[in-house]
Amino acid sequence: MSAALEFRNISVAIATGRLLLKDVSLALEEGTVTAILGRSGSGKTTLLRTANRMIDPTSGEVMVGGASIKELSLVDLRRQMGYVIQETGLFPHFTVERNVGIVLEAERQPRSQRIQRSTGLLQLVGLDAAAFAHRYPHQLSGGQRQRVGLARALAAEPKILLMDEPFGALDPLTRAEMQDMLRDLLKQLRTTVLLVTHDLDEALYLADRILLLGDGRVLADLARDEFLQSEMPEIVAYAGAFRRGQSAAMVNPIDTDGIE
Amino acid sequence: MSSFLSQYGGEIATLTLEHLWLTGAAMLFATLIAVPAGIWLTRSPRWAKPVIGVANVLQTIPSLAMFGFLLPLPWLGERAARIAIVALTAYALLPILRNTYAGIRGIDPTLNEVARAIGLTDAQRLFKIELPLAASFILAGLRTATVTCIGIATIAAAVGAGGLGELIFRGVASIDNRLVMAGAIPAALLALAADAALGSLERRFRIPNADGSGQ
Repeated sequence: MSAALEFRNISVAIATGRLLLKDVSLALEEGTVTAILGRSGSGKTTLLRTANRMIDPTSGEVMVGGASIKELSLVDLRRQMGYVIQETGLFPHFTVERNVGIVLEAERQPRSQRIQRSTGLLQLVGLDAAAFAHRYPHQLSGGQRQRVGLARALAAEPKILLMDEPFGALDPLTRAEMQDMLRDLLKQLRTTVLLVTHDLDEALYLADRILLLGDGRVLADLARDEFLQSEMPEIVAYAGAFRRGQSAAMVNPIDTDGIE
Repeated sequence: MSSFLSQYGGEIATLTLEHLWLTGAAMLFATLIAVPAGIWLTRSPRWAKPVIGVANVLQTIPSLAMFGFLLPLPWLGERAARIAIVALTAYALLPILRNTYAGIRGIDPTLNEVARAIGLTDAQRLFKIELPLAASFILAGLRTATVTCIGIATIAAAVGAGGLGELIFRGVASIDNRLVMAGAIPAALLALAADAALGSLERRFRIPNADGSGQ
């Protein structure tokens, strides 16, 4: 069986010639959650963004269900992948309901169907549609906005969900709540998830498999349990740094990765 | 006073309508040119400086000179109203162009990125996201342009295009301040009314950021 999403020897160079990713390969099995773990500038966001061609790799190929993503039109490719980011990117002039249904609207589905779908999705992410459907993003809390962002990403029933530090901007309690919600939700759906995070605990909690990136290279690629027990110096070093950062209560840096 | 009004009331009304027609036509043309041009500039930002520069230069030409320049041109010169509308259009371009460009460029880049990432087509991105989010900016440009044009349109009477400037010029020539006022006051009221109407429209289109900050 071909992988749901596969990265083959991906390298990404920027104009100066510096490599953001160096020969990264990764295959995601259908229905699994894979976390890309790494510090800021490790290339993890860049890798995620090659999946929906927000960035085209300098060399290498991305495959979906065994076919190169270059064979699809950009719009078709992107509509079959859900996309969730830290800043949520909810459209401020749309109600919650319209934000959730925007991909369906773009596909010209009838309004009644969109409303029905967004009502169901809001319920799924733990928001009461009757109370929230007609609110605007600025009338929501950070956690609620992130739930709406997730509902929007799921609207077109994507086979693949791309999540880039989805809970990075939330306070620790809300983040834990969101992680629980996501875990329950992913058990119900058979979505293949690629999750970018710097948060070791989040990766261990949500992912079946963890890819550790450092300076654009794959440092480790292990199943969660193996990762947890691994004595690999790279993993031990990352875990150590992460714990120190946590105990120093450092605010997490926003991943910019240097492109766009 | 009342005898003045009964003598000139009809003419004031006609000239006010003429004034509105000149300004309205110019605003329509300017919007049809400047909004698409502003959108195009956001797609080709390296043209932004030169194009906005040209619009800027047009703006600095003294209005009387502008009307004079256009007078000898074929077709245009035949009818004074044509000259007036072309000149007023030229003055209205800059504020609309600049605000369309700045309004779209000022949209949170995350929103544009998400719009692309969830698979909106370019046209969907423009009409569903960019234009609605930039609408209050564009309307602000339209408001500035309209108020400016209502003022400049009074000069159009110098080339015989009519409008409220007619009364002002006649009043100045015959040293009759009542005539000057009869042209100036309605022109000022028109400008105030346009300012208020477009201002309230602009506020209605103002959108708070997703996190509640701004505006």
